[in-house]
Amino acid sequence: MPLFDSLYNFAHWLTQNREEAEDLVQETYAKALQGFGSFQLGTNFRAWIFRILRNTFLTSRTGLAVTKTVPLEDEDDQGQTVPVSRETPESILLAQAGQQQVQAALERVPVMFREVLLLCDVEEMSYQEIADTLGVPIGTVMSRLYRARKALRAALEGKGQEAKHA
Amino acid sequence: MPDDIWQPKLDQYLDSELSAEEMRAMDAHLRECASCASAALGRLQLKRATRLAGQRYTPSGEFRRRIEQQLAAKSRVRRAWLWVPALVTIVVLLAAVVTLGRWNQRSPSEQVLAELADLHVADLASPTPVDVASSDRHTVKPWFQGKLPFTFDLPELQGTGYTLVGGRLAYLQHEPGAQLLFSVGAHHISVFIFRERPELERTFPVHDSTSRVLSFHVESWAAGGLRYFAFSDASPEAIEGLCRLLKQAGA
Repeated sequence: MPLFDSLYNFAHWLTQNREEAEDLVQETYAKALQGFGSFQLGTNFRAWIFRILRNTFLTSRTGLAVTKTVPLEDEDDQGQTVPVSRETPESILLAQAGQQQVQAALERVPVMFREVLLLCDVEEMSYQEIADTLGVPIGTVMSRLYRARKALRAALEGKGQEAKHA
Repeated sequence: MPDDIWQPKLDQYLDSELSAEEMRAMDAHLRECASCASAALGRLQLKRATRLAGQRYTPSGEFRRRIEQQLAAKSRVRRAWLWVPALVTIVVLLAAVVTLGRWNQRSPSEQVLAELADLHVADLASPTPVDVASSDRHTVKPWFQGKLPFTFDLPELQGTGYTLVGGRLAYLQHEPGAQLLFSVGAHHISVFIFRERPELERTFPVHDSTSRVLSFHVESWAAGGLRYFAFSDASPEAIEGLCRLLKQAGA
């Protein structure tokens, strides 16, 4: 099954629940088979099937709750003019944090930022693929990535509130 | 050019999203600017840590079988009624899988090696590469007690040219293990020890020779229900020498 492990990992991170993740993956494959006609040959299959999963998640009860609570203002802020903080170097944070702490921090990052981190750093998608998956412009991908990494740093520092409003 | 011109582009640089010309310019700048190089290293560490932490969840075998059965059942129904479009769909899916496989998917053994390479490199790049820093095996080994579901033996290294730097916990395929750092000359060798499991044996069969991967040399062996990986940019002979001592200690 194409991308089964990746889709499941992504679904579990989105839902934070095993049963919901399984339902989400199951529905994704069903929709993918049903709507394979809408897949345009020559375009990116991975972005296409991840987009189905994400859209299915967004219309689920958990997904709807998430989109109602996550602020997504300042989409145009691509982090180009924000000064880089040198007060909390990642090396110090990561030296103090094990993998479980990083996972816990990732859990605290709002799902709209978590998903872009997962697609970029775990799935190693290009910005264009992420833009195709999320259905947003590349500039928005860059903006969300910037804010996602800022939120992850804040979560690693234990600043839960900052992570939520990065 | 001031740092605030370069630093906002670091994420794009590390995500390989700059143009070739900008990548070259950034490469040159990083060689000259300690501040930006330090920032780039920090972000790279965060990116690697995210990648490792993000590979957290694996589907259960039962769920995998359930989905496979459902997809197979749907395919049978489709074959009965719409065999021509179904055939096209299957062919296209297979082509997509093959394309994706070539383009993006690593083999299981490559994934294991990439994960170990990440651990080794991230460790060396860390300001605190070990959680227990000692050249005394009687200090390092007990540190892992209570943290790992197994124990292991370490060799006496006096007069061998190898020095134990220390150790830390590591995770491979979501299983905890020991990462021991040794030095030999100007090089460092990471030795990873995990419990031997069917999944590990399946994804990375034991082969008792040193192989080269991702600019590193790696040697793997199994003994006493444990799986060992020695990973380094040192010469194969240097790695084999340490592996011999470890094998003798574990015998």
